[in-house]
Parts: sequence; structure tokens; C-alpha cells
Amino acid sequence: MTKEAIIIAGFGGQGVLSMGKILAYAGLIEAKNVSWFPAYGPEQRGGTANVTVILSDSRISSPVLNTFDTAIILNQQSLDKFESKVRPGGILVYDPQGISRKPTRTDITIYTVNAMEIATEMDNVKAFNMIVLGAYLKVQPIVRLESVMTGLKKSLPERHHKLLPMNQAALIKGGEMVESLSV
Amino acid sequence: MKNELVLLKGNEAIAHAAIRCGADGYFGYPITPQSEIMETLMELRPWDTTGMVVLQAESEVASINMVFGGAATGKKVMTSSSSPGVSLMQEGISFSCGADLPMLLVNVMRGGPGLGTIQPSQADYFQTVKGGGHGDYKLITLAPSSVQEMVDFVDLGFELSFKYLIPCMILADGVIGQMMEPVTLPPYKPRRTAEQIAAECPWAANGKPAGRYRNVVTSLELDPAKMEKKNEVRQERFRLVEATEVRYEEFLCEDADYLIVAFGSAARVCQSAVEDLRSQGIKVGLLRPITLWPFPSKVLSKYAEKVKCMMTVELNAGQMNEDVRLAVNGKVHVYHYGRMGGIVPTPEEVTEALKSHL
Amino acid sequence: MSNPIIQPENLVYDKSAVLTDNVMHYCPGCSHGTVHRIVAEVIEEMGLQDQTIGVAPVGCAVFIYNYINVDFAESAHGRAPAIATAIKRLNPDKLVFTYQGDGDLAAIGTAETIHACNRGENIAIIFINNGIYGMTGGQMAPTTLLGMKSSTCPTGREPHLNGYPLKITDMLALTEGTCYVTRQSVHTPSSVKKTKRAIRKAFDNSLQGKGTSVVEVVSTCNSGWKMTPVEANRWMEENMFPFYPLGDLKDR
Repeated sequence: MTKEAIIIAGFGGQGVLSMGKILAYAGLIEAKNVSWFPAYGPEQRGGTANVTVILSDSRISSPVLNTFDTAIILNQQSLDKFESKVRPGGILVYDPQGISRKPTRTDITIYTVNAMEIATEMDNVKAFNMIVLGAYLKVQPIVRLESVMTGLKKSLPERHHKLLPMNQAALIKGGEMVESLSV
Repeated sequence: MKNELVLLKGNEAIAHAAIRCGADGYFGYPITPQSEIMETLMELRPWDTTGMVVLQAESEVASINMVFGGAATGKKVMTSSSSPGVSLMQEGISFSCGADLPMLLVNVMRGGPGLGTIQPSQADYFQTVKGGGHGDYKLITLAPSSVQEMVDFVDLGFELSFKYLIPCMILADGVIGQMMEPVTLPPYKPRRTAEQIAAECPWAANGKPAGRYRNVVTSLELDPAKMEKKNEVRQERFRLVEATEVRYEEFLCEDADYLIVAFGSAARVCQSAVEDLRSQGIKVGLLRPITLWPFPSKVLSKYAEKVKCMMTVELNAGQMNEDVRLAVNGKVHVYHYGRMGGIVPTPEEVTEALKSHL
Repeated sequence: MSNPIIQPENLVYDKSAVLTDNVMHYCPGCSHGTVHRIVAEVIEEMGLQDQTIGVAPVGCAVFIYNYINVDFAESAHGRAPAIATAIKRLNPDKLVFTYQGDGDLAAIGTAETIHACNRGENIAIIFINNGIYGMTGGQMAPTTLLGMKSSTCPTGREPHLNGYPLKITDMLALTEGTCYVTRQSVHTPSSVKKTKRAIRKAFDNSLQGKGTSVVEVVSTCNSGWKMTPVEANRWMEENMFPFYPLGDLKDR
């Protein structure tokens, strides 16, 4: 891997921005160049939210991109907006819950993870974004899970460190449950 | 103490850097997209550690005047805002320049005019480098294009401002303010002591010891002859800054047939475009002014002899473009590619724009 | 030509050492000179000449720094309380005061004034209220009385046209941050003494960190009012005092 540009998009409140932050932190821990650029503003509060994360072995030039190596999609609006922006040969990961119009691209690899369902089963909806992240890292292991856990520890305030084991379990579960739609 | 590598937003980085460089005070008013600066300061509570004062003012008008007050006593003080708030500060900035006060200002630009948009923009270039307030004055203007430069320019900005007694503006934008990158935070520098301030700022109004004439920090002088002299002395300092403090970065300029000129976040996008164009065999270079005033006119004039054309890329309608055209003085054509309204161009769009001028 | 009565042993009244030798630019009869003198005397008596930072206004008193021999910052119009806020917060052991007129404090600087008071900044605000804009040549002030003439209400202030005179000091007394709010005058020897006590108390409060002190001095502007000084004092007693009654509004 020399460079991986990821768009993570969904509803505000799904943990889109924090998922990107944890990913960026994991990259930092592995001494990669990273950038994290959110669509900011009122969008954060309830509307759609998205963040561009770039991990690279070389200096990152533009933090703002039009095409991505990977799109992690968590709602219909984001699928509609970003499916076309995945480069040919790239990856699309999405949670089918709430998706009525499915992706149609055939020149990219598409994966699903029933993250909301799994999170509900785990009785922890807050683990939702970690399940998605685990699914993504299973199919594109750009950083190690240990680095993600270290990143999580760094970005979580100490009073929330008791939640670390639950997050680890969610990461692993996401990796186990990711399914490929492509043949 | 060792340098620390952390992942920070540009806005957060400003706050950390302010505390670490020994700033005495921050005064501000919330406005998107830079509110994290004051939020981070309030979270870090520097008054418990370094003694730095942090205060949320009732308006940008008040915050810039608080900065005036703090600076008048020789303290290292700063404020930050975004475009509409900086418009409100113009009175205080003009008064500060008229009183020759050192201070650090930060504008995390958003689209205008008016309430405009909260999305990134570079449309306050004119306001900043041409003097947004009244009177003949300049602001030393630093344009960061990375979160690391948000950190580095805090200390540099204070240093330049105190050296030349000219307010320094960090002219950032919503991209640099909101994005996170790994940054190296410098070690803590102690705040200056009263003795150091007295030595460094003999003009400061911080209590008149017996035997010293009273210090009056003012921009007022009703005698036209004296006022002209005051202005001439100031202009002399401006010329010194222009001669000594120009900063810029060159990226693949040496053999370039075409030159893109861009600052701040636009320069990041252009760097991708240059890489892309080079891979297509087109020899393009990027010149990134770091100081927007003083402007790197000389180096642009030099490249005007070598390249076929130049193109400025800005998040505005073509503001820095005018300074590039002044610098090259008609020797080459200077095209402009700009986006407004909070749109950040993609590298592909810049690539296409340049190719349309080949 | 020396007058034999001028002898040190006969001296009952002297210029404060904190006043400079500059000749004041104020009109004869103006209250500013008296209040300047009081401020200088209080600073001298407190032994704080080297510990005082004043903030000058825009208005007739813009050149206060030519007369009171302490360090000064000259403010933009109305912004003195914001400037003083930072000076005091960054130099908490210093005596910090603003000196402002009615246009400066109660019109263009209303927001800065109210918020500095509401934060309880440990500063003293000296407020000269003469109901008119002196420096710019006699225009209407926020404190101009109803019916009172000025160059921008030449037939007298009318409420439907110009609004009502603003009792800003009463408003400032309502803010939680003020510890001492008083309204005084300097038109008689006894009122001068009272004002001096008020300013002393305000300065003590600033040093003791008790909050914001506001000393309004109801004043004359005989030039702007187009009266002799004696007439102006009488007019003030008959017209200003009923609307702006003297005395403490708050002391805690």
C-alpha cells in the first residue's frame, strides 16, 4: 500500500467522523502520513456526515478528493452520492439496513456488513461504527487491529477506557461478518 | 521536554501552539469554522498551568479590543475568528496598526460576502493584505497549508509581530482549520517575565516607574507633520519586512514550463494536480506563497522569464491573481482558476483548467 | 512680582504631583478638569502612580493622557471597557480604570460597558455624563434630556423622533458583576469631595478584586449647552439632577 483514500459517509450520529479519526490514529501509530477532513457544519448534527481519510507512505498533497479507493457507506443518500466516486477497482463497503437502491457498479468490489443488526445483537448500538471498521479492515488491512486499539485508546478520554474491550469485540465481529457481493 | 507527535485538527493545533509558545492571553468569540480554537483552550485550561488568560468576549469587536489592551501592556496576546467576525474586527486591527502593537490574529476563512457560507474560502485575501480597515497599514500575513504550519506559524507569527511591531495574521481556511493531520508540538516555552517584557517592550503601558516618561499607546496624533512622520517610519518598517521576510515554497519549479501559484489549502490541491500533470508529461511547477504580505514578487518575476504561462488557483474570484500579475508585470499571462461559495476544487479540476491553457 | 502671601506655610491647595504641567484644552467651566484632578489626587494618595494603567476614551477626554501622568492606552470609540478588561486580566495587580463620556460609554460602547460590568471585571469606570457630544460640536447624546437642544436635535429631543434619555448607570447597577455604582457631580466643593471619595472607593475595589465600580459624574458642557459656566451649573441642578439623581445606586 502506498496510498489509500477512504470516504466514510452516513448520518450524523452514526460515528462516521470518529470512525475516520480512529482509522487516522491507527495510521499515525504505524508512522504513515494521514489526513482527516470532514464535511463540517450543521451537517454534523443529524444530517448527512462524511469524512475523507487518507493514509499514505508519502506526503499527502490534497486532503480534498473527488475519487476514492474505498467508500464506506452507511445510508442511502451517501450511497447515491459516493458510489460513482469510487475508482475502478476500488472497494465499497456498506450496511444494507436502510438501503433500498443497491449499488450497481461492476468494476469495483462490493462488501456488505449487517452492522446495525450485529450491534443490536451485541446489545450495543454504539459499537456500530467499530463493526463497520472491522469489516473494512478485514477486506483492506491497511492498518493492524492492534494499531486501531491503540488509536482508540488515545482518542477516547480515560473515563471511557472501560469500553475498550467491547470495541475490540466489535472490530473482530465486523471482520467475521463481512460478506462479498462480487463473484 | 521532547516534541510530541499527535493527531490534531488545525484549529486545535492553534490552541496547543498558543499555550506552548508562551502566549499570555487569548480573547475570542465563537464562529464556525474555527470555534475549536477557543473550545480547545477552555478544555486545556492553561490558566492553571502557564497562567495564560482565555476569555470569551461578547463580540469580535470586544475581542480585538481586548487584544489591543493586552498588547498595549506588552503581553503576547491573540484572537481568532472567521471571515464575518474578522470584518467586525477591522476597526480594532486598524487601531492596533496605528498604535504599532504586536499581536497574533487568526482568520479561518469561510465563504462570503455577508453571512455567506461556513464552508472553506480564501476570499479574505484582499481584506487581509490590502488593508481591511482604514489607513495605510499592512499585516504580516502567513498562509498555512498544513496543520503543522498552523502550529509553527503561531510562534513565528508572534516572533515577527514583536520584531517589527506589526500585527500578524495567520490566514487559514475551513479546510486547514477542520482537517486533522499528525503534528509535532513544540516544547513549552515559558511566558515572558515582567522584566523581559520591560526590556523587550519599552513602549508598553504597564505602569510607569519613577524616572520613566509615561507610556501612551495610541494611534492618535493631530499634528499632520508628526502624523506623516509616524506613517513614514511605519512605511520604512514595511519596506524592511518586504526586503527580509518573504517566505514561499517551490514544488518542481526548476524545469517548469508552466507555473501554478496557490496558497493555503488550494496549494495542497494543486500539488496533487502537479503530480498528475507531471505523470502526463506536462512540466508544471507549483509556487506556494507562505507570506501573502510580504508577497514573493521577486521569485515570481524570475519565473516569468522562464515559463510559458502562470495560473493562480484560489478559493475566490481571483484576488492573489492581481498580486501575481503585478509581480510578473505583463511578462507572461496569468490565468486564474477559482471556486467560490465554499467549493474546494478537486485536483482533477485544476489539472483540466491548466490543460485548457496549454 | 512675587506675592508675599505665596509661602509654603500658607499653602492649602496644590497641584497633584500626578498631574502634568500641560495646560488643559478643556473649555473654561468644563467638569473634565476637576475630575482629572480628582483622579490624579486619588492615585497620588494611594501611592499608585507606577501601578496605574488608564484607558482613555474618544471624546473630549481623549487627551487625558496629556494631563494625568500615568501609563495610558488610548481606546477606539466605546471600546475602553474591553481594553481595560484585558489589561486588568493580564496585569491583575495593577490599578486599571477607564474614563469615558456618555457617547463613548452609553451609545457606541454600550455592549462593551455592559459586558465588562456583567463579568465583574476588576476595573473602575469613570463616566462623565453631560448629556451632549462635546468634542464633535454639540450633537445629541444617548443621555440628552427630553426637550434639550443639540445640533442634531435643534428643536429639542423628542421621544418619538430621538428616543428617550438612557439611564445606563441604573442598568449597570442591575448587573451582577458591579460592586459599586454611584452618581456624583463636581459643581460644588462638597460634591467634589464626595466624588473624590467615590473614586477612591472605586479604585480600592479594583485593587481588592471586588468587581466593577462605576462612578458617574453628572457634568456640564457649557459650550455645548451654550451657557455660561454658572448658568450651566444651575441648569444641571434644575434639569439633569431630577432625571439623574445623585447618590449611590449600589454598594456591596
